[in-house]
Amino acid sequence: MDIKSMKNYVYWLYCQFELITCSYLMEPWEKILFYTFNISMLLMVLYTAYIFVPVHLSMAFQFFLHLFGNEQENTVSIVK
Amino acid sequence: MNHIVHNGGLYKRPFNEAFEETPMLVAVLTYVGYGVLTLFGYLRDFMRQWKIEKCQNATEREEQKDFVPLYQDFENFYNRNLYMRIRDSWNRPICSVPGAKVDMMERVSHDYNWTFTYTGRVIKDVINMGSYNYLGFAQKAGTCQEAAAKVLSQYGAGVCSTRQEMGNLDKHEELEKLVATFLGVESAMVYGMGFATNSMNIPALVGKGCLILSDELNHASLVLGARLSGATIRIFKHNNMQSLEKLLKDAIVHGQPRTRRPWKKILILVEGIYSMEGSIVRLPEVIALKKKYKSYLYLDEAHSIGALGPNGRGVVDYFGLSPEDVDVMMGTFTKSFGAAGGYIGGKKELIDYLRTHSHSAVYATSMSPPVVEQIIASMKCIMGEDGTLVLISPVGKARVQQLAENTRYFRRRLKGMGFIIYGNEDSPIVPLMLYMPAKIGAFGREMLKRNIGVVVVGFPATPIIESRARFCLSAAHTKEMLDTALKEVDEVGDLLQLKYSRHRLVPLLDRPFDETTYEETED
Repeated sequence: MDIKSMKNYVYWLYCQFELITCSYLMEPWEKILFYTFNISMLLMVLYTAYIFVPVHLSMAFQFFLHLFGNEQENTVSIVK
Repeated sequence: MNHIVHNGGLYKRPFNEAFEETPMLVAVLTYVGYGVLTLFGYLRDFMRQWKIEKCQNATEREEQKDFVPLYQDFENFYNRNLYMRIRDSWNRPICSVPGAKVDMMERVSHDYNWTFTYTGRVIKDVINMGSYNYLGFAQKAGTCQEAAAKVLSQYGAGVCSTRQEMGNLDKHEELEKLVATFLGVESAMVYGMGFATNSMNIPALVGKGCLILSDELNHASLVLGARLSGATIRIFKHNNMQSLEKLLKDAIVHGQPRTRRPWKKILILVEGIYSMEGSIVRLPEVIALKKKYKSYLYLDEAHSIGALGPNGRGVVDYFGLSPEDVDVMMGTFTKSFGAAGGYIGGKKELIDYLRTHSHSAVYATSMSPPVVEQIIASMKCIMGEDGTLVLISPVGKARVQQLAENTRYFRRRLKGMGFIIYGNEDSPIVPLMLYMPAKIGAFGREMLKRNIGVVVVGFPATPIIESRARFCLSAAHTKEMLDTALKEVDEVGDLLQLKYSRHRLVPLLDRPFDETTYEETED
């Protein structure tokens, strides 16, 4: 029964999306056009995030370490 | 929420009016929705122009394509691309008397609302929350109907003349005396059409060299009458007495625009209940201002006559004021009396002047006899057979009280559920805010599926993001009908997520009024 209420909830969320973006009022071909555009934009954003975000995060991480700690691997070994 | 009025004891009862602010997220999402629909509107217009899609709306002929375009403005764009998509919620044909319950003809559209076909079925007993049937006189059986049928067999249906020629029946004289007694004025005159009462009589009362101060949200008939008269029109903010006082002061101090002569007449146009907001005019303050600055007051009681006040005499009765303070009392018989037409009441000299100078009296056909009898019968039902002795009959009192109870109950329950409701606590018009364009169509359709007929309103009758559903309560609604309606509204509200209220009410504009809050109108 949990699956059924989960499905109902997802369907209700989809109805809210339809009402807010007014795709409830569109003819079927307009809906297809609208959803194709939206889903393709969303996929492109996710792909870009997948490619670039880890690289940016690690670069930002190294920058902050350099700024605050300055204890990098090679310097620590020389002191020892 | 009780609002303390700072105006020194003019009000004998609390004046509770509230217009909750639009939530920011809802406003942003409404604009998003309109943006998407506008883009698709441009796409469809492009396709129609390049003949990819068949053009089903009105366009100019080929020979006229080089002239000034007729259909390029925003109103026509809105009509083609947004209104057409939700058009099935309006102009629904009904096939029974519009009482508390009504029968509707079922119709479907196979080409997305460009054309409709009837399935042949009739949707029976739809709870009618859209008709202006405040006292429940829209009936097909009863004393009013019998009296009207008798007069129909005696006088016929048509009058075939204007008031000044051969169309002045003894029934009209009887009705006018009765209306004057009902309102508490010296004399009254009736007209065949309510809209025409305003648009044809304001030009007869004011002309060039006069000033009209009209409320922001006045009805189209008042606006048309004001424009036709040729007087200068200045608009004050809705129900805002500081704005009105500033305009009055400026008018008296500066006079007419170029010549600086004093204005011949200053006429303030207000309505008793505003039908889109459900707000009631602040009549005690308007009358105080009118007396202070020596101007005239034209009160349009189209929705408030019969619906407000302990004796059903309208907004003057509701505030406990004297009808002599209002110079021109206008109203219609369409809403509370179940008939058609309008009236103007006032001093005898005024009405005698209007009998000769009103455009409606000279050119428009007078009221039809069965309609006159319906009004006489319904007024006698409210007032009691002998109108001079008793203020209100038991039957009339029952109806007025039933309407007041229905109003209070319905408003309280809807507010409790969490909807944003505009307007005054005592007005039988209940606007429920919808905001988003898709929800306008969805609300109308879902309520009809659940056998309740409501009126939804969008642009251009309201500002573009403030679309609403308007419930009109009636004395004919029983508590069971209201409970059914409330249950369905609750369900649809959860389905469409309409419960926006955060119970944060905007305080009424009784704050001190300074230069920074008001833009000067151009002369």
